[in-house]
Amino acid sequence: MTKTLFDLVTGESAIITRLQRDGESGIRRRLLDMGVTRGARVYVERHAPLGDPVEVLIKGYHLALRMNEARKIEVSQEEV
Amino acid sequence: MTRLAIGGNPNAGKTSIFNHLTGTVQHVSNYPGVTVERKEGTARFNGRRVAVLDLPGTYSLTAYSLEEIVARRAIIDEKPDVVVNVVDASNLERNLYLTVQLLEMEVPLVIALNMIDVAEKRGYQIDVDKLSSLLGVPVVPTVGSRGKGLDRLLEVALNVADGKVNLPRKTVTYGHEVNREIERLAGVIETFPDIATRYRPRWVAVKIIEEDDALAAEIRRMTDDETADRIASEATRSRTAIEQHFDDDAITLIAERRYGYAAGAIKESISLTGEARQHKTDQIDSVVCHRLAGPLLLFGVVAALFFFVFKVSDEWRWVPWFGGWISPTGFMQWIFERLSEVSGGLESRMPVLHSLVDDGLIGGVGGVMGFVPLIFFLFLFISFLEDSGYIARVAFILDRVLRAFGLQGKSILALIVSGGLGAGGCAVPGVMATRTLREEKDRLVTMLVVPFMNCGAKMPVYAMLIAAFFTRHRTQMMLLLWAISWIVALCAAWVLRRFVIRGEQTPFVMELPPYHLPTLRGVLLHTWERTWMYVKKAGTIILAMSVLLWVFMYFPQMPEEEIQNLEIQGASANQIASEKLAHSLAGRVGTALEPISQWAGFDWRTNVALVGGFVAKEIVVGTLGTVYAMGDVSPEETESLSDRLRKDPDWGPLKGFVLMLFVMLYAPCFVTIAVIRRESGTWRWALFSTLYSTSIAFVLATLVYQIGKWIS
Repeated sequence: MTKTLFDLVTGESAIITRLQRDGESGIRRRLLDMGVTRGARVYVERHAPLGDPVEVLIKGYHLALRMNEARKIEVSQEEV
Repeated sequence: MTRLAIGGNPNAGKTSIFNHLTGTVQHVSNYPGVTVERKEGTARFNGRRVAVLDLPGTYSLTAYSLEEIVARRAIIDEKPDVVVNVVDASNLERNLYLTVQLLEMEVPLVIALNMIDVAEKRGYQIDVDKLSSLLGVPVVPTVGSRGKGLDRLLEVALNVADGKVNLPRKTVTYGHEVNREIERLAGVIETFPDIATRYRPRWVAVKIIEEDDALAAEIRRMTDDETADRIASEATRSRTAIEQHFDDDAITLIAERRYGYAAGAIKESISLTGEARQHKTDQIDSVVCHRLAGPLLLFGVVAALFFFVFKVSDEWRWVPWFGGWISPTGFMQWIFERLSEVSGGLESRMPVLHSLVDDGLIGGVGGVMGFVPLIFFLFLFISFLEDSGYIARVAFILDRVLRAFGLQGKSILALIVSGGLGAGGCAVPGVMATRTLREEKDRLVTMLVVPFMNCGAKMPVYAMLIAAFFTRHRTQMMLLLWAISWIVALCAAWVLRRFVIRGEQTPFVMELPPYHLPTLRGVLLHTWERTWMYVKKAGTIILAMSVLLWVFMYFPQMPEEEIQNLEIQGASANQIASEKLAHSLAGRVGTALEPISQWAGFDWRTNVALVGGFVAKEIVVGTLGTVYAMGDVSPEETESLSDRLRKDPDWGPLKGFVLMLFVMLYAPCFVTIAVIRRESGTWRWALFSTLYSTSIAFVLATLVYQIGKWIS
């Protein structure tokens, strides 16, 4: 199973490896525009009170996204 | 006049730079056909006048959101002499992503390296000249909130506009393979003059490779089908070539290359001493977004908002007036009461004109102006929350709950302002509060369910009917009404999202900007703009509708002899007023609707009152008073009417409850409808709101009435 942003717990960080291509391109484009690109480091800052959405630190700023979207972002925790 | 456009990411400080450049003389309107705000103003530099346009804040210039399309069109169609790109110096990488796209468009550009003080405090050292030569664009460090560096910015911008700056132009590169396809495609596009004269061929090439549907559609509109097909097939060819080479899609590749370009420029011009974390924001967020403290604090803020807005605008008397004190809303009412007195002189000489002026114009305009203090203070509060960065956290905390019903986190504010806490509130500022929602569909759904909340104007109706039939269960009844309003609103949102305003839910991918203390000037300007827009636009529509409703309740008039006959028979003035109303168009409509409305238990008298309630729901009480020949019952003193209804054999608890239910849910008052029209941009949704809520109200009222009758 490939690990995705969905699987990370608060305080973990990882490197983005791929954005899954299923579904329409709108959401992928939006994520890319917001800096969710391959090779970028994400740090899971916190989850909302009900566990969804999640707040991450990426490219030096804070970004909130839903778990549905997080599931489409594949990550790797192996340090390069 | 030189024309300058300001573009940049949301939260980069664009607005404060715009405010400083243009002063208080600003013109706010909407872009044609959409609800995106368009702000314009004039700046002066050495006696030279510069027209400044504030583009909507965007992260990108793809066709993702309305704002992005609007910003892009403004740049292409209006061809500003210079574009000032405001970037947040403490968050350069993401901000420069937009800059790269502006470079692609090859517009005359200046970068305002804003919030440079914050960046330096956080340990960034930025080599401004290096950055400028790497990007091929002049860069001016600024601190927008304090107006620092803005003279220099304007000077440089004007030099760029005059063509006096000769920095070697840089072309954005995407790596060898992609570049080759872009050049090839640009070469093809260059052979079509209708496109090449309007857009830069290279930019078109990049856009259509990354599947920009909005641009593809525009090209199709501009040229013949043959050309458009040719370009589309060439684009597909390029895209396939790129995707085969890299085994990834072109959208991703181009976005990554843009970020790569930005990162490259940053690497060479910025060094970081210390740690780039936003300590203050982190600390605040550890409370604000905390699992328990977060929701509690949110509840506190919402309660404060509610308390503050209604107390200050309506309940507290704090405006000195003729030696005494009145509330701002009271002040407005006072003005219109005086106007009404002045027009009283007409009463004996020209009764029709007097009625038109007094009931129609003064009543109607007074109704609109009466809301102004409320709207002003509401926006003062919301602008403050918005500028500080808190609204984004509200959305974050509540998104999960409201998403289940097809709404989103930010909808909560609108629902609560409209009366969601159970007492008072108003749908007019509620509908306007939906402006904090950037997603068009979510915003529309919120706007359509907000009027179900129990606003202050429904309270007199409830009070009167509860006093008549439910004196012993006052609290339970109010709780029940509050619960029903939420259930209906949430269910309606769910249904609307599923069947009417369909389409995938807008993905929630949102920046949580660093907190900062808003400037008083910024908040006041923002508040003033929104209040003024309300007065201007809603005012004109409401004026027209007031006159219409007046005509409805005044004509046709009873013949003079009939009135005399009634007087001879000893009818009181109140009875005559009742007869007059029955004779009017409104009365006749009430009677005509009786065959249908009786399913829900309403006779013609109630119907007339409900027609009147279309103006403002508390008028239901007054009009019921008139039709039951009690004179004009003021909403504050309803006891006599309550007594009258309690003793009436036609009435009973069931009928009372059904009427409350109906008043809660049927068509929003026309001020609300006018605001929905304004905020949604079309009459279609205003009309839809009226019809669908009336249908829901009628179906539910009928159901309750019939079941209730069957049980008893």
